[in-house]
Amino acid sequence: MTAKLSIQNLSFTYSDGAQALQQINMDIAPNELFVLFGPSRAGKTTLLRLLNRLSDLLEGTQRTGEVLFNGRDVFAPNTDVINLRRRIGMVFAVPTPLPGSIYDNLAYGLQMAGIRDRRVISERVERSLRQAALWDEVKDRLQDSAFALSGGQKQRMCLARSLALEPEVILLDNPTSGLDPISTAMVEDSLFALKQQYTIIMVPHSVQQASRVADKAAFLLNGEVVEIGSQQQIFINPKDKRTEDYVTGRFG
Amino acid sequence: MTRQQTQKLAAWLITGTAVVVIFPIVLVVVYVIIKGISTVDWEFLTQPPSNGMTEGGIFPALLGTLILTFGTAIAAIPLAIGAAIYLAEYAGDNRVTRTIRLAIVNLAGIPSIVYGLFGLGMFVLFLNFGTSILAGALTLGLMTLPVVISTAEEAILAVPSEFRVVSLSLGASRWQTIRHQVLPHALPGIITGVILGLGRAAGETAPILFTVAAFYLPELPKSIFDQTMALPYHLYVIATQVPGMPLEIQYGTALVLLFIVLSFTLVATVIRTVMRRRREW
Repeated sequence: MTAKLSIQNLSFTYSDGAQALQQINMDIAPNELFVLFGPSRAGKTTLLRLLNRLSDLLEGTQRTGEVLFNGRDVFAPNTDVINLRRRIGMVFAVPTPLPGSIYDNLAYGLQMAGIRDRRVISERVERSLRQAALWDEVKDRLQDSAFALSGGQKQRMCLARSLALEPEVILLDNPTSGLDPISTAMVEDSLFALKQQYTIIMVPHSVQQASRVADKAAFLLNGEVVEIGSQQQIFINPKDKRTEDYVTGRFG
Repeated sequence: MTRQQTQKLAAWLITGTAVVVIFPIVLVVVYVIIKGISTVDWEFLTQPPSNGMTEGGIFPALLGTLILTFGTAIAAIPLAIGAAIYLAEYAGDNRVTRTIRLAIVNLAGIPSIVYGLFGLGMFVLFLNFGTSILAGALTLGLMTLPVVISTAEEAILAVPSEFRVVSLSLGASRWQTIRHQVLPHALPGIITGVILGLGRAAGETAPILFTVAAFYLPELPKSIFDQTMALPYHLYVIATQVPGMPLEIQYGTALVLLFIVLSFTLVATVIRTVMRRRREW
């Protein structure tokens, strides 16, 4: 099977000269839940933001290497970045509603894509809210401010918001940070259903969460990949001593 | 002194400075109201001056000021907001942008008479607009630009950056992001800046002195190439250039001008307060 995303020799340096990523190589298969984990400053978020080119927002950075999405380099000059971001959705660590109603938030990406038909938008809003396990809680108050939702609801709304665009890949940057255990469980549960349809790359909240949800995982340390393997390999029989130490809680 | 005493003293001193600052302003406003209120009536506002300006009203000057302010808005607002969007959203942090910002800050500090002379040289003479509403409005617009650009840029930069990042991550273009996520939320600040700028323009004498203002012109302007009377200049004229001028008319004129400028500020404050209250984040 060909990889959905193939990261090849990717290195990235911030404008202050700090090297965030060094020679990253990994393949992410379709419908896989791929976990990127490691201590802070490992380069996880940096890597995620390169995949949908949100890294473009930073000035003075340097990058070498490629990210192939369906076989085509996302950094190629002829890549349509807007289209790329519609196909690779993202959920951020801090829930980030846009000002406006829940419905406005869900419809925003669709409207920006030029979809006018209200029926189409409403259908997509409902389906993506169901996928994010939020529909039953908000179906009677779609016109309420998105800021009125609880933290967990906000985060599921953000998930639904990126699902509304029907992307191929979803990037989840610590989507359960700051959530209570029940909300966390709801988000994790929805992930299992979602990967039937999407490819998911996730930075987990903890090693425990990583081992619960991962099909495959990559352990990152100081901008380098230490080890990539199946859930079994990484969390039960790690090959690298550093992976073992981190997974068993000896550092981190 | 004990800590409590120092605390009390500091509180008194700070309150004192506030009072010292506010007192003269209140005094000026109250004084002008007391001296001028008896003159201001419907006739004063709607009649032209008569009998060598020693009688009658201020209608041509009042209308002229309103027209000039409107013209200033047309000249300055699109340019200022465009420049603010460019500086806040598109311009990188490089030497060119830094120079532009420095220039804007310095432009704000240029005395208004210099704008007046520039307007005379540029619009009246070089571009041959003559002494006209067009030349005056452009001069006032130019003077207003730096203030509006600075406040608008600040308002745009105050919009949380997450909104931009989220919007872009949802496949919105840069312009869509600015149009739908940045400008609506920056609008209260932008409007405040615009209104304060226009308020200042409405009250300025020096920029219109050589570019548009007529000493005495009872008929109303018919096109933007005509001269017009304007309140600040009219006030200057009747206060210094006309012998035997009744004081009530001077204070009445001052009161109307003060009222116009203060109402700009008031409107700005109301808009900002209402829109802030509606804000969700």
